[in-house]
Amino acid sequence: MLHTSIEIHDLTVSYQNKPVLWGIDCHIPIQQLTALIGPNGAGKSTLLKSMMGLIPIASGFVHFNGKTIDSMRKHISYMPQRESVDWDFPISVKEVVMMGRYSKLGLFKKPREADHLIVQECLRKVEMEKFADRQISRLSGGQQQRVFMARAIAQDTDFYLMDEPFSGVDAATEITLLDVLKQMRDNGKTIIVVHHDVQAVAEHFDNALLLNLRKTAMGSVKEVLTEHNLQQTYGGKLQILSDVGHLLSIEQKKTRLR
Amino acid sequence: MDAFWIILTGSITAIACALAGTFLVLRKMSMLSDAISHAVLPGIVSAFLLTGSRTGFPVLIGAGSVGLLSSFLIEYLHKRGRVQSDASIGVTFTWLFALGIILISTMGGNIDIDPDCVLYGEIAYVPLDLFSIGNILIPQALISMGSVLLLTLIIIFIAFKELTISTFDPEHAQSIGINTTMWHYILMGCVSLITVAAFDAVGAIIVVALFTAPPSAALLLSSRLSHVLILASLFGVIAAIAGYFLAIWMNGSIAGAMALITGIEVLCAIIISRVKFQLHSLAKQKMIEI
Repeated sequence: MLHTSIEIHDLTVSYQNKPVLWGIDCHIPIQQLTALIGPNGAGKSTLLKSMMGLIPIASGFVHFNGKTIDSMRKHISYMPQRESVDWDFPISVKEVVMMGRYSKLGLFKKPREADHLIVQECLRKVEMEKFADRQISRLSGGQQQRVFMARAIAQDTDFYLMDEPFSGVDAATEITLLDVLKQMRDNGKTIIVVHHDVQAVAEHFDNALLLNLRKTAMGSVKEVLTEHNLQQTYGGKLQILSDVGHLLSIEQKKTRLR
Repeated sequence: MDAFWIILTGSITAIACALAGTFLVLRKMSMLSDAISHAVLPGIVSAFLLTGSRTGFPVLIGAGSVGLLSSFLIEYLHKRGRVQSDASIGVTFTWLFALGIILISTMGGNIDIDPDCVLYGEIAYVPLDLFSIGNILIPQALISMGSVLLLTLIIIFIAFKELTISTFDPEHAQSIGINTTMWHYILMGCVSLITVAAFDAVGAIIVVALFTAPPSAALLLSSRLSHVLILASLFGVIAAIAGYFLAIWMNGSIAGAMALITGIEVLCAIIISRVKFQLHSLAKQKMIEI
């Protein structure tokens, strides 16, 4: 069990002596779609970054299949938030996706024909092949997310950590991208996604990790997306969220009755 | 022959600045070139006191490491000392520059560096300090600038991929195991060496124009990084040539005229990109009408 999952043990991360994540303990099962949900400032991005070793950990550890991040880097893709880069950078869509191949290429080596084919294939999956030569500043927000997702897919790894890949995308794009993720999961990939839309998580994901400084719940979406857990996570102030939790419980009861 | 040496030195300086400057501008760190160009002064003065020369490899290495040290200090003040990032630049380079000025003024007559020269250099004197290779006499400044340009070209050529990814998306670069800190300091090392080598020719302030203006103009006109690098270098060379003749015509400072031209280049680039944009949207409108 321990060696075929992502194990997060007693993870604490602080920023300037203020804790951002506190004693996170959980196992994330492999080959499933897991959503990371919680209010703004709950530490969702921080959790992904600390899992990738991008920011220092105050205590605890994260193991991928029993190994530390440094020995597993080649097997994990990280997709940062769209806002983290300058989209005016003089580079084409194709070139950004090719960056996904860099970890496999190694230092100072040039991409080969096979890499170009993979890039093309990844662009096709996210329906962006027509935009391959376009400069990235001339893309819409949703197209930018598709490019970032294509880059992550091009890395061809076992684990994917994605920070808000659905922010700023329209409903049609979201469905396309969700289908891509589900297909990847069915091919044995382990995917963790920060997502804001609780309804969509309930519909499309396998598991959910509810986070607000501490872990409030973790498990299959059916078990953990309850009114109680959502209120625990979001502080119970947002009426709309408790409504969502309520609706979900009604729907679940219905399916049980059937 | 003098005109040829001056233009060649100016062009090579401008190309080196344009190449490193493109990455600085893309990283939103243009002001670090300003900081480093001032911070190297105490290094140049101390190296001068030790070796008796303002050019040559000992000066290049000695003063270059002071430049690199200043970029370490800036990072340290910001990250550890929790000083605001722009304030830490301001504190560091003025402090080091002041140290250099104090060195010059207290050593008085012993030093043949005058404070004016520190600020805007004197490229017209480049042909006076010659170095012989075989039976050809080549300006000392050209040799050190040429070697620094060669080093910069080699780094950009072999590590284009690494420099690009750590500039565009440092988090993604780190996530695949690229050491972005190392590339940051390699770039800063290049900037320091270029600044020191360019010191005699264009001084501490004008060099900032060469680092920032040609890349900014090129970025407005091209959307491919490789083209931006070439275009920026071209703008640098144009500034060196046009600046020389403008200065001769006005009987003024050559470095000053070069910087003036780079400013005009940016202005032209803005106008061209505006016109291009207008034409583009006009064409689009026509398409819709049809």
